[in-house]
Amino acid sequence: MLCESCGKKNATTQIKTILNGELTEYHLCSGCAEKMGYGDLFSDFSFGFSNMLSSFFGNALPERSGLASCKMCGATFRDILNTGKVGCSQCYETFYKELLPSINRIHGNTSHNGKVPQISEEASEMQSLNAKIQDFEIQLQKAIEAQDFEQAAKLRDEIKEMKTKRGDL
Amino acid sequence: MNNVNDIVISTRIRLARNLKDYPFPCRLNTEQQSEILSKVKTALQEESKLKLIELDRINEVEAVALVERHLCSPEFISKQQNRGLFLSGDETVSIMVNEEDHIRIQVIMSGLDFEKAYAEADRIDNVLSTTLNFAFDNKLGFLTQCPTNLGTGMRASIMLHLPALTENRAIGRIAENLSKLGLTMRGLFGEGSEPRGAIFQLSNQVTLGIKEKEAIENLKNISMQLISQELAARENMLNNLAVKDRIYRSVGILKTARLMTNQEGIALLSNVALGSGILQNENVDLVNIYKIMTSIEPAMMMKRAGKKLAATERDELRATYLREQFANIQ
Repeated sequence: MLCESCGKKNATTQIKTILNGELTEYHLCSGCAEKMGYGDLFSDFSFGFSNMLSSFFGNALPERSGLASCKMCGATFRDILNTGKVGCSQCYETFYKELLPSINRIHGNTSHNGKVPQISEEASEMQSLNAKIQDFEIQLQKAIEAQDFEQAAKLRDEIKEMKTKRGDL
Repeated sequence: MNNVNDIVISTRIRLARNLKDYPFPCRLNTEQQSEILSKVKTALQEESKLKLIELDRINEVEAVALVERHLCSPEFISKQQNRGLFLSGDETVSIMVNEEDHIRIQVIMSGLDFEKAYAEADRIDNVLSTTLNFAFDNKLGFLTQCPTNLGTGMRASIMLHLPALTENRAIGRIAENLSKLGLTMRGLFGEGSEPRGAIFQLSNQVTLGIKEKEAIENLKNISMQLISQELAARENMLNNLAVKDRIYRSVGILKTARLMTNQEGIALLSNVALGSGILQNENVDLVNIYKIMTSIEPAMMMKRAGKKLAATERDELRATYLREQFANIQ
């Protein structure tokens, strides 16, 4: 599909905007999209990103990551290249090397210097629960080896209870 | 004499956040979307001033009117299923769930008040993070679907009325220079390259490697320079009889017209805002004029009427509404 503005280049960017009270979609090449200043308060220059990635890699994908897919979400580097969208948080680890030059070009920097999230109560509870389960499992092993079956049964029940709480039983 | 309040309409902070255990929105299935929406709902249950608007429960006019009030994006309303907007009664806080990122917190304050806007966005962010696990990396910061938001995930912006710099054509050159400073400027009303009403939005582009407060300070300093340029240019402009004439004629049309397109309305309102110092009427302060600009947008007119209207019907209703607004201005 050709750009609806210049009619020359391929449309790579889908712009959604409100025109006369209705949601309207345009298909533009990234040059026109940028020139026309689309869109609004919310767009975050993301239409330039897919283009920027492509200019780094062209069609020649790096061999390793060209074939690899993200373990968490299944995205390949080609998916990211085509859409300009990263699949999940894990992708940033999987494709770190490939993404880094573009990240550096966008921000002129590659290290975060801002706010660090307050760790969630749920997460810290989960962490201490995991640690406690591990600890109990070691004690259980010891109790079995010492043939203290009364203690072992008690520990086994408590582990079971904690695992239920963790959601894996 | 004009001052900062005659130029700054509002200041806005937006934070992009994602949940660690889910893929980003482009790879979510409907079940996961629904889980995220209900998790955010639970996380916000103590925030009694926020009401959830589920997009599949409102009609198209109401959805478009949300965009016209700049409470959410066109992208956000382009799909309805599992998309939720948490909105405060005074419409200063809006939180989009399942847009380009799982969560986007937005706080808008009238006038120049980045500190208050950031403090509130930061507070909501902390409330959410006590129960939700955000995707965060020590090196890259908050992880976002588009790498342009990595790091702080924060976009700070300021909305400015710059009629004098538009008139003397300085605005194009200024916009170019701003991009070299890591800022971006775009027209607010109007399609693409044809901004109307001389209202511009200036925001930070860089989010990685910079502290939130630094990014805000940087944006604020450059805004202040832009504001003093606008004030100087206005000084000259308002002494010009032709400009005064245009301001009074605009009031005349707004007080008497029977049909008014959206475009004409915004241009006239912009003239009136420029003349606020001359007109000396409490209703013509910039924030109020901007509110009127927003309320004459097409879907807002239809929302007012409570039904769909054809373009001419909207123009008639808009003219009536504007006559009422300006009835007491001489």
